[in-house]
Amino acid sequence: MLLRRVIPCLDVANGRVVKGTRFVDLVDAGDPAELAERYAREGADEIVFLDISAAPEGRGPLLDVVRRTAQRVFIPLTVGGGVRSEDEMGAVLRAGADKVSLNTAAVADPSLIARCAARFGRQAVVVAIDARRKLGQPAWEVLVRGGRDAVGLDAIAWAQRAADLGAGELLVTSIDRDGTQSGFDLGLLRAIASRVPVPVIASGGAGEPADFISAISEGGADAVLAASIFHRQQHSIDDVKAAMAGAGIPVRVAPRAA
Amino acid sequence: MGLIDYGAGNLVSVAQGLEIAGAAVRPVRRAGDLAGLELVVVPGVGAAAPAMARLEEAGLVEPLQAWLVEDRPFLGICLGLQLLFEGSDEDDAIMLGAIPGRVRLLTGGRRLPHIGWNQVERRRGHPAFAGIPNGADFYFVHSYAGRPEHPYTDDVVLGETTDGGRFVSAIARSRLLGVQFHPERSGPHGLRFLRNVVGLVRDDRFPREIPSPAVEVVA
Repeated sequence: MLLRRVIPCLDVANGRVVKGTRFVDLVDAGDPAELAERYAREGADEIVFLDISAAPEGRGPLLDVVRRTAQRVFIPLTVGGGVRSEDEMGAVLRAGADKVSLNTAAVADPSLIARCAARFGRQAVVVAIDARRKLGQPAWEVLVRGGRDAVGLDAIAWAQRAADLGAGELLVTSIDRDGTQSGFDLGLLRAIASRVPVPVIASGGAGEPADFISAISEGGADAVLAASIFHRQQHSIDDVKAAMAGAGIPVRVAPRAA
Repeated sequence: MGLIDYGAGNLVSVAQGLEIAGAAVRPVRRAGDLAGLELVVVPGVGAAAPAMARLEEAGLVEPLQAWLVEDRPFLGICLGLQLLFEGSDEDDAIMLGAIPGRVRLLTGGRRLPHIGWNQVERRRGHPAFAGIPNGADFYFVHSYAGRPEHPYTDDVVLGETTDGGRFVSAIARSRLLGVQFHPERSGPHGLRFLRNVVGLVRDDRFPREIPSPAVEVVA
C-alpha cells in the first residue's frame, strides 16, 4: 500500500535555512545539509528544499548547497526556487536533486512545464502553487515571486492546467496559513485534490499532528509538508507519524541506519 | 562498475548510492566504455521512447543486448528495469527485449504517477535482499511497470507491490537484476540493497537458477 508522506521543507535564503510568517520576517534556522540529514535520520519521507531568495533576486539556484545536501541524504530531494528553463532544471538534477519544483517561471510561461516533463519525465516536475484565498469567496488566487505578486490567476484552474501540461505532483501552499501554525487550508486542498489526477502535497499552516491528519483525511492530500513545526522542534517527525498511524493513515516507520 | 549515462535525471544519486555501497563507478557513454566492467547499471526516470532513442544515438542498444545475452551482471533501476522488456505502452516504444513481456500503465491506484514509499513483497529469497525484511518500504516514482509474459512460470518475478492493482517491482534472472523502486533514494534499506548487489558482483555469488520448465500454473 502506498504510504502517505511527511515532508520537512527547508526554505533557504543565501545558503541558510530560514523560516518566516506569511513569507516575511525571516529567522535563521540552520545549515541546509545538516538539517536535511537530521530529518532523514528522524524518518522524513522526502526533503523539499526551496531557495526562497532565488526568484525575487533573479538568481540561479544554489547548486553547491544542493550538491552538499544530496551527498548526505539518501531519500528523495526536491529542489525549487528560481528555476527558469530546462537547462537550469537539468543543472539542479545533475547537482543531485530528484525533482525540481517550478513556480514563478511556470506561471510566466506554462509551456515550461511541458518542456521539462518531456525532457526529464513528468515525475521529476513538481509545480508549486502559492495560493491566497479571495476575501469572502470559495476561490483562491495564485501569487508568484515568493508570495509577493498576484497575477490574476485562479489557483484551481492553474492546478488543473499544470497537471494537464505534465506536472507529476502539485505542491499547494496556502499563503494565508504559511508559518501561522493554524492548520492547513482544507478547502483549498480539497478543491485541488478532487480535480487533479496527480499527487497533491499540502503545505502552509501545520501546527499540530492533528493538522497532518486532517490534510489527508479531509483535504485529500497525498503528502504533507511542514517547516516551522519541525525546525522549532515542537513535534518530531516520529510524533507526527505516530498520530497519523493512530488515525488509521498508512505511514512509513523509518528503519535505523544500517 | 559502469553506470549508463544517457541523460537520465537520477544518474548522480545512483552514482552516489553505488559509491557509498563500495563500488568504483564510471560513466558509460559509448560501447567502448563497457570494456572491463564488472556490472552495468542502467538508471533512469522519464519516458521510454526518448530513453531508447538516446541509447540508440549512443550506439549502446546492441552492446547492451549482447551484454544481457551473455548473462553478464546487470542492474536496471526504474526505467532501467522497464527497458529490459520487449516493448512499452508508453509511446509504443520498442525496448531491449531481454525479458518476454510488456510495460503497461499502472491501474487501480489512487493517483498517477505512483509516488512515494511502498512495500516490496518478495516471492522468493534472493541475496540481493539479504538483511532486508520482507515487505520493507522502498521509494517509487513511476506510472508504468513491466508485466512479464509468464510471471508464474519463468521464475523472473522476485518482488511485487500493490497500489490498487499489483505490479512487479523486482525481477531477477541469473545475473540480471531489475527493480522498479529507487534503491538510491530508499534510505538504509536501499543502501543495503546496493551493497548486497555490489557484493554479489564482486564475489560472483549470483544464484544461477535453472529456468523451470514451461508448465502452466493455474493461478
